[in-house]
Amino acid sequence: MSREILKVENLSMRFGGLLAVNNVALTVKEKQVVALIGPNGAGKTTVFNCLTGFYQPTGGSILLDGEPIQGLPGHKIALKGVVRTFQNVRLFKDMTAIENLLIAQHRHLNTNFFAGLFKTPSFRKSEREAMEYAEYWLDKVNLKEFANRTAGTLAYGQQRRLEIARCMMTRPRILMLDEPAAGLNPKETEDLKALIGVLREEHNVTVLLIEHDMKLVMSISDHIVVINQGTPLADGTPEQIRDNPEVIKAYLGEA
Amino acid sequence: MTRHLKSALFSALLVWAVAYPVLGLKLTIVGINLEVHGTSPTILAVIAICSVLMFLRVLFSTQISAAWKSSPSLPVIPAKASHFLTLPTTQRWIILALIVVALIWPFFGSRGAVDIATLILIYVMLGLGLNIVVGLAGLLDLGYVGFYAVGAYSYALLSHYYGLSFWICLPIAGLMAATFGFLLGFPVLRLRGDYLAIVTLGFGEIIRLFLRNLTDITGGPNGISNIEKPTFFGLTFERKAAEGLQTFHEYFGLEYNSINKVIFLYLVALLLALAALFVINRLLRMPIGRAWEALREDEIACRALGLNPTVIKLSAFTLGAAFAGFAGSFFAARQGLVTPESFTFIESAIILAIVVLGGMGSQLGVILAAVVMILLPEMMREFSEYRMLMFGALMVLMMIWRPQGLLPMQRPHMELRK
Repeated sequence: MSREILKVENLSMRFGGLLAVNNVALTVKEKQVVALIGPNGAGKTTVFNCLTGFYQPTGGSILLDGEPIQGLPGHKIALKGVVRTFQNVRLFKDMTAIENLLIAQHRHLNTNFFAGLFKTPSFRKSEREAMEYAEYWLDKVNLKEFANRTAGTLAYGQQRRLEIARCMMTRPRILMLDEPAAGLNPKETEDLKALIGVLREEHNVTVLLIEHDMKLVMSISDHIVVINQGTPLADGTPEQIRDNPEVIKAYLGEA
Repeated sequence: MTRHLKSALFSALLVWAVAYPVLGLKLTIVGINLEVHGTSPTILAVIAICSVLMFLRVLFSTQISAAWKSSPSLPVIPAKASHFLTLPTTQRWIILALIVVALIWPFFGSRGAVDIATLILIYVMLGLGLNIVVGLAGLLDLGYVGFYAVGAYSYALLSHYYGLSFWICLPIAGLMAATFGFLLGFPVLRLRGDYLAIVTLGFGEIIRLFLRNLTDITGGPNGISNIEKPTFFGLTFERKAAEGLQTFHEYFGLEYNSINKVIFLYLVALLLALAALFVINRLLRMPIGRAWEALREDEIACRALGLNPTVIKLSAFTLGAAFAGFAGSFFAARQGLVTPESFTFIESAIILAIVVLGGMGSQLGVILAAVVMILLPEMMREFSEYRMLMFGALMVLMMIWRPQGLLPMQRPHMELRK
């Protein structure tokens, strides 16, 4: 059995009188694909926001490799290798696809002011490597021909793929996808499934995703966590979840 | 038709309501009293003609706009030419050609023209600096003139009290302005858009009022005068050199000519502007430059990718302010006099107008806009009373025909290895 990479315990998030997330627990093992599902408004995205530092959780602990990360600002958590996409795509719309990918590699670039000013060999080398890595991923997500198009002019499915590629630029350990298949056609959803497989197999990325497309969720997840109205409802393998009467009730209402 | 007639009559009345108090009444001082008189009948006739024209314009507005549409289209730059003009490679060649011309022409130009060109270059520098903050990082800064003032006063004070030369003070002034940019960046980190604009506007005014009221050191409203001009490796351009110095014309055995000084100042300004252009051009292609633009596009996405928005904002404020500091110290050296009145809000507005007019983020656009914004008022000195009116008209026309600016920025094209 592989190592636990992310362990969330008793996570709570309260907005004034509203308890949006209540005692959610979550364990993610290395190279697993874990799905977080639940009806609309269940608090899935709030959990994501807590994990990635966009919200400061009001209770509970988040351990990344045993190290507590709750309450850290978003960019620090991202630097620790937890990177996310957004429910409504957030690209740098007026910049080209390749620029989007270069920005995300800031950690792996030579940021020395004078090196850049005089284009020293080490600066050129780091820029060239960044370009190569960006090209590699553009190729992976089938966007190479659109490298110089501004991101905002790409089709919706392409923007979604570019956003995933942009996350990969930071060499993440955990990739968190917020409804990656929303708005995709069946063919694109199939491609996405293949892409997630590649991420896991070839790049050792652990994936945590929120998704409503049950066919996708059931086919790629190793583990599923269901939450309803902020509280955990069930967790287990896809088979267990499929047959769980509580889950069916939450989704379909009482018979 | 009656509806048109009504609004036409209203418009004609409005012309009277606006024009009569402004142009039709004259204040004269009789003894110690202020009396109001009507003006000459010609002016009243002009107002009457204007109101009639306005009446007709509104009455036949539909017909006029139809005729307008059918007439051949106005000076809209064709798409292809516009695309070619804004390509990064074209822009580079244009910039290179401009540099060569800029180096040569002052030796043939008139004194006045060189002087104005120097002024334009100061605004180019300011525009390029503000372009970092507004055009690239997307932080609307209305108090940019404050950093310009910090730079100018840094040199003025250091020269006045410690007798330091321009070339030593130039980096110090830049550093001082950068420090101020950094410090003033902190309180506004959480603000965006309109709120940021208001607070920075306040900072600009605070700096000016501070300089004005610090009478003991800065001379208050009188400012500091007799500031040393830059020297050419220790050679001054004055007719008589001060103790222990040599003059340029004596050293080279030339006839004294005051235009030498003007040309020299112009060349120094050109040098500084080119340095600013070069540095900012490089910054654009560095990780920090790309991060500025990313911040403008989407701050939340920046954070999700591990970019620290605080660092990016502060670096934009700091570097932008540094360029204002360089421009300011040169301004002080050229004028030989700094007063707080040189750094009023209208200066900030003009610099911002240069950035917007040129096309946010575009370097060549900023240069072109600086030329337009400074040269036009100079060429129309006879109409100086109507300067602000023309300024407004220019802005309105720009918003109609080219809302994206004269030469908007284009994304750099990056070659992929196939």
